[in-house]
Amino acid sequence: MSRRALRWAFSAVLLPLVSVLSGFLVGALAILAAGADPIQAYLALFQGAFTNHNAFAETLVSTTPYVLLGLSVALGFRAGLFNIGAEGQFYVGSLTGVFVAYSIHGLPAVIEIPLGLLGGMAGGALWASIAGALKARFGAHEVITTIMLNYVSFLVASYLVDTPGLMLAPNVSTPRTPDIDPGAVLPIILSGSRLHLGFILALLMVPVVWFLIERTTIGFRLRAVGFNQGAARTAGISVGWTIVLTMALAGGLAGLAGIVQVLGVNFHMTDTVAAGYGFDAIAVALLARSNPWGVLPAAFLFGALHNGASFMQLETQVSADLISIVQAFVIIFVAAPSIVAFLLRLRRAPAETVAITQREVDTPVS
Amino acid sequence: MDLAVEWGQVHALLGENGAGKSTLMNVVYGLVRPDSGEIAFDGQPVQIRGPLDAIRLGIGMVHQHFMLIPPLTVAENIVLGNEIANRGVVDLDEASRKVDELSGRFGLEVNPRERIADLSVGLQQRVEILKALYRGARLLILDEPTAVLTPQEIRGLFDVVRALIAEGKAVIFITHKLAEVMEIADAITVMRRGQVVATTSPKEATPSDLARMMVGRPVLLRVDKKPAKPGKGVLSIQDLVVMDDRHHVAVDNVSLEVRAGEIVGVAGVEGNGQNELMEALMGLRPIRNGTVKVEGTDISRTTTHERLRSGLGLIPPDRHRMGVVLELSVADNLVLDDHDHPPYARWFIRQFDAIRSYAQRLIKTFDIRVQNPDQLVSSLSGGNQQKLVVARELGTLPKLLIAGQPTRGVDVGSIEFIHRQLLSERDNGLAVLLVSSELDEVLSLSDRVAVIYRGKLVAVLDASDADRERVGLLMAGAA
Repeated sequence: MSRRALRWAFSAVLLPLVSVLSGFLVGALAILAAGADPIQAYLALFQGAFTNHNAFAETLVSTTPYVLLGLSVALGFRAGLFNIGAEGQFYVGSLTGVFVAYSIHGLPAVIEIPLGLLGGMAGGALWASIAGALKARFGAHEVITTIMLNYVSFLVASYLVDTPGLMLAPNVSTPRTPDIDPGAVLPIILSGSRLHLGFILALLMVPVVWFLIERTTIGFRLRAVGFNQGAARTAGISVGWTIVLTMALAGGLAGLAGIVQVLGVNFHMTDTVAAGYGFDAIAVALLARSNPWGVLPAAFLFGALHNGASFMQLETQVSADLISIVQAFVIIFVAAPSIVAFLLRLRRAPAETVAITQREVDTPVS
Repeated sequence: MDLAVEWGQVHALLGENGAGKSTLMNVVYGLVRPDSGEIAFDGQPVQIRGPLDAIRLGIGMVHQHFMLIPPLTVAENIVLGNEIANRGVVDLDEASRKVDELSGRFGLEVNPRERIADLSVGLQQRVEILKALYRGARLLILDEPTAVLTPQEIRGLFDVVRALIAEGKAVIFITHKLAEVMEIADAITVMRRGQVVATTSPKEATPSDLARMMVGRPVLLRVDKKPAKPGKGVLSIQDLVVMDDRHHVAVDNVSLEVRAGEIVGVAGVEGNGQNELMEALMGLRPIRNGTVKVEGTDISRTTTHERLRSGLGLIPPDRHRMGVVLELSVADNLVLDDHDHPPYARWFIRQFDAIRSYAQRLIKTFDIRVQNPDQLVSSLSGGNQQKLVVARELGTLPKLLIAGQPTRGVDVGSIEFIHRQLLSERDNGLAVLLVSSELDEVLSLSDRVAVIYRGKLVAVLDASDADRERVGLLMAGAA
């Protein structure tokens, strides 16, 4: 294998794989420390995620938002943007989307569903563009602005959802919006389960985002800006616009995740609908190494953990929060490739360093 | 490889970029561990595990990029890591006294209480040398020390080197400039591709011998060029004022004309406003005052993209920061300016067949050594990366090329190639504004020479009037 292929195999396959295994190993230590049996716990986790009745379908249901949100964060990464705001964009997308979806009545599903989805995407896109514009215009770091915008979105959402005359549904015991129009509900694709069309939509977005990044001028600009802003600027690429556009696209994906969750699972919005999907998505994108195809298995893993955790808690009394420990360590291992390289004893021998130096020497002029 | 340096000698280490000179010296200074072989100092085999070991032995190194802390004073920088302390309080008076004593001894005048940020590059280099001497260096390694100096400052540096030698110290002088080697060295080691190809001395070898050993084939040391036949004016700069990042005036009322078919060189020590001038011309930096016209049309308010489309090209002075995207392929980099225009894109979709065939054409025309156009630019040598930038900017057939440091960090073969390209495009009617801190490059290529000092054009000379000495004085502001 060539050096490049080897390096690719390491960073794209081996590193995530070993990171996941190491994460589970550290998780097992935590379970031991808590006085429980890690094998029992993981077995229950597996059952809850895959083998129980409808468990697999439920895992795919939780995989759906992870795919869309993972794509959102990965897209930002490719442009060098650390978008912590997927959670907030998910919220705002849910809000605008649910507003559209409960306001329309009596149209055919082929019109109502796309309208609702577009409503969600537009909300997320606009919301994320705020952070993009702040960075492009004033250099405000997107990590700070998106975190702040997250809080704003949570509070705005709960205000809207809790206030009569705004989005609060009449005659409900707990604050929530009205239910969406039946025509806007995403159809179930596996009878007897909650698995809805949004899953297929999420799968379709993977090649779409890949195409966007790898095959379009927008994706090219985005990557050029992500790698080297100076060179992009010198080549006449508008770095500011590229940043705003990237944030809008990422926000659109996050908003889509939000509205898909509403149209496919919840049918209305409460003020706790996001449940941290947007933050987990950062981990999904990291594990996927920002590759849209990599987002699929990473999202599936997170969907399975999410889904299996409650059954594990029920069966073995090991807290579902343990899953956060596993996830956290997976990310630590992914983020620090040298730890994994060390575990694999792939540390470069000094002799190879010399080989590299020689390779960099200029080709002789004949 | 073998290298023996003797006390009381200047030993020049000559080789092209990437020949392994700096790597070898980093081994000596303990920054890189050798795979095999041994180092002997004063006849004793030694193990150098890090810079501390090297310093303890009496080895000092002045890096190409200075390792100084700009907000601190000269004395603070010199004693850093080795402070004279009085119950935990740094005794700066004592430090200043020691610095004064050292600078007096070797003719390295510098005010110990001045802040590094306020010093010229030449003076900063003195501070680096003093730092090494303060730590008891007996063997001093100077890595490309003349790259940032004016001819007059170079002479000052050579006086210092001679003073060190007179005290019996040894100096290793790393360079790729032949004239300097001939002037200062007692012994010369020539390196090529990680190996010593010759050990000789200025008495035994001529500059062209050295060039041949360095490159591995005979080299033309002079650029052959026909007299220019300038046509109509292409670039016209009027009273241009540009600010730097700290909002100080960097380009001060510059007016200059560049005609079709001529190369106008801008000579100057780095940091005298050249970068800001180029950035302003390309729309990368706002213009405070004045106008820039290309073929009579005012372009001062247009975007970089529009300027590129209207026939401007820029070889940026900093290849890695502004020239190439290392993580993208050769083909992607070749269409970086034009990626969203037909035939390289239709609608939003990139057209890879067109990109590829265009890339292949440029790779051939500009002799870029790559296996295929999809190779990442990071895997290319500096010379080939630079040829790529030149190819991209000339490939769009511009009217005006702004060439910033077009051969920096590039091997001799590529330098020759790039110079030939610039001259042949000039003969085809291209207007070239050449900005370089390599005085020899400016003098040998230019038809007219403009000298920039503190943001002002202090003179615009015809090539025939621009001799080294005169331009050197103008560059130092002495006119």
